[in-house]
Amino acid sequence: MTTNKPTPLVEMRDISIAFGGIRAVDHVSVDLHPGEVVGLLGHNGAGKSTLIKCLSGAYHADSGQILINGKPVTINNPRDARAQNIETIYQTLALADNLTASANLFLGRELITGAGFVDDAQMEAETRKIMGRLNPNFRKFNVPVSALSGGQRQSVAIARAVYFNAKILIMDEPTAALGPQETQMVAELIQELKAQGLGIFLIEHDIHNVMKLCDRASVMKNGQLVGTVNIADVTDEDILGMIIMGKKPAKAA
Amino acid sequence: MTDAASNSPKSEHKPQSEAKRSLLQTLEVDTRLLGMIGAFLVICLSFQFWTGIRAMPVFVPNPLEWLSAGRFFVPQNTFNITIQTVSVAIMAAGMVFVIVMRHIDLSVGSLLALCSSVMAVFQTQIMPNTFGFGLEHPLTAPLSVLVGILTGVIVGSFQGWLIGYQRIPSFIVTLGGLLIWSRVAYFIAGGQTVGPLDGTFLMLGGTNGTIGVTASWILGAIAAAGAVYGLIKSRRARAGHGFPVKPVWAEAALSAIAVAAILGFVALLNSNEVPTARLRRLFAARGETMPEGYTEFYGIPISVLLLLIVALVLTVMSSRTRLGRYIYATGGNPDAAELSGINTRLLTVKVFGLMGGLCGISAAVASARLSNHSLDLGSLDELRVIAAAVIGGTALAGGMGTVYGAILGALIMQSLQSGMAMVGVDAPFQNIVVGMVLVLAVWIDIQYRKRTGV
Repeated sequence: MTTNKPTPLVEMRDISIAFGGIRAVDHVSVDLHPGEVVGLLGHNGAGKSTLIKCLSGAYHADSGQILINGKPVTINNPRDARAQNIETIYQTLALADNLTASANLFLGRELITGAGFVDDAQMEAETRKIMGRLNPNFRKFNVPVSALSGGQRQSVAIARAVYFNAKILIMDEPTAALGPQETQMVAELIQELKAQGLGIFLIEHDIHNVMKLCDRASVMKNGQLVGTVNIADVTDEDILGMIIMGKKPAKAA
Repeated sequence: MTDAASNSPKSEHKPQSEAKRSLLQTLEVDTRLLGMIGAFLVICLSFQFWTGIRAMPVFVPNPLEWLSAGRFFVPQNTFNITIQTVSVAIMAAGMVFVIVMRHIDLSVGSLLALCSSVMAVFQTQIMPNTFGFGLEHPLTAPLSVLVGILTGVIVGSFQGWLIGYQRIPSFIVTLGGLLIWSRVAYFIAGGQTVGPLDGTFLMLGGTNGTIGVTASWILGAIAAAGAVYGLIKSRRARAGHGFPVKPVWAEAALSAIAVAAILGFVALLNSNEVPTARLRRLFAARGETMPEGYTEFYGIPISVLLLLIVALVLTVMSSRTRLGRYIYATGGNPDAAELSGINTRLLTVKVFGLMGGLCGISAAVASARLSNHSLDLGSLDELRVIAAAVIGGTALAGGMGTVYGAILGALIMQSLQSGMAMVGVDAPFQNIVVGMVLVLAVWIDIQYRKRTGV
């Protein structure tokens, strides 16, 4: 583990959460530094999504502690998470299909006119601005997002995180539904956000994406943390061994 | 045309349909709304022909004669249909939000009965006996309406709490409500018709309360000016941000249609004459005699005005407020709404509370129209209300529906029923037809969505 770095941006200490009798997350600790991408790996049901939902406010951990910049915080709901500049891009793309891109981008944080009404024109202008930066080909501002392609929808979800100045970004399989070109677009975006000093938790199944995008990887199995490794120190076989066998490579301790 | 020429000869119909579509697209008209208005007009015209043919002593094979002899599209009938639509339409406007949220409210008819019984008992017994204000006291009508709306909001919010916070399916909660509230209403009313009601209160019913010709024209003019101003304002807002706007002629055409529709509606209601016998009674009540040849016209009924206000407020709410945005977002994707920090449970309480309040308003209109609280008031209204919302394009899957659509749906149903009654279709057949129209409307909607990919 890194010991000489300053205080981590996020530290999740000893997190546990159980549903019924099943320990979905069992005493797991992970951390994240500014400008770093940490991959969260593991089989389906290993507990990665559950762990990260404690940070995004969708779940509340049974025990354990979350520290942001070294200070303990309480995150009870998505609103609390947003107040800490934590933005999440969900695997299931948390978009309301029947609303436009700008309505989705500002959902829960609408711009309001002086009279207290939602300012659709202003929101569309802001959406056009940010989409011009992230995905210049995006044109469909006046149709429900159900009419958009997977990549376009993903760029709306990412735009939401970027627009509201996320410091901590959680991406749950951001490229799962995308074609090769769109995957490349997301990869470039991750590099750009990283360069801006954001910390990114990346939940990812594709081992090539992990090797390409991540600085460190934390591997989980059956709700427990197998270990955290520096990507530069390991091969993809090492990581696959951790995911499948649950064994930590000897050389990267 | 160059486009079509370069295409294969298979697409010879293409240029025409493209030109048509681009006209509608330029106007940015809601084609679904257009379809509904078309269906409504077809229904009106059919009954106009039908009643025309029936009214003729000898059959003449001339459609123009049928049209002019028709009894459907005459001021008195349109006036009556408008009045009869109000109660269901007010509730249907609220039902849109309930269904958009992926819920259902089966209790609206019973809740209407409850609100009506509370209002009736309040003004005939509680006000005179407890406060000493009898009927015709100036405070009686407003206080009764307030109490009725409050009853609806409280009961509706309670049902919403059971649905949102206790996670009982809305179908079950409101099915229970359907059984419970009509019986509670029965006991409150003491198992009998309650009446007569306060005179001012009865003005909410329709015929007993109209605002007259001059006031109607003034209101119509204000509404027309408001519509034009709204169109100009939204155009400015879009242009101000450099977004594409419609060509000026399209805006002008839309404004002209809006103004014509508003003024036409006013003209229709204004042309309904008050019956001479009724005028004579009114004069006699004031101790005067009616001058010979005196005529008076009704103008806009207060109940219709009430419906229009409800429609306007709810439309603004649905499209321009956070509350409305959150209702549609929750209907579109409840998880997304929750993850965006929207309190969907509280939202459920609000929506059902609103529905209850609208039941209260609707109860005032319905009981005032019948001039007393009768025991079967509101029975089966839940089905009419849901049908109106669904015919008006509200999708039971959630996330989709408009207030104006629901009101148009209510109008279509009432026109069908009135028209069939006029041409002598038996009551059981009326229900059969309305049932078929309901299913047909939803089928057409599904086909439409499949074609357009919306």
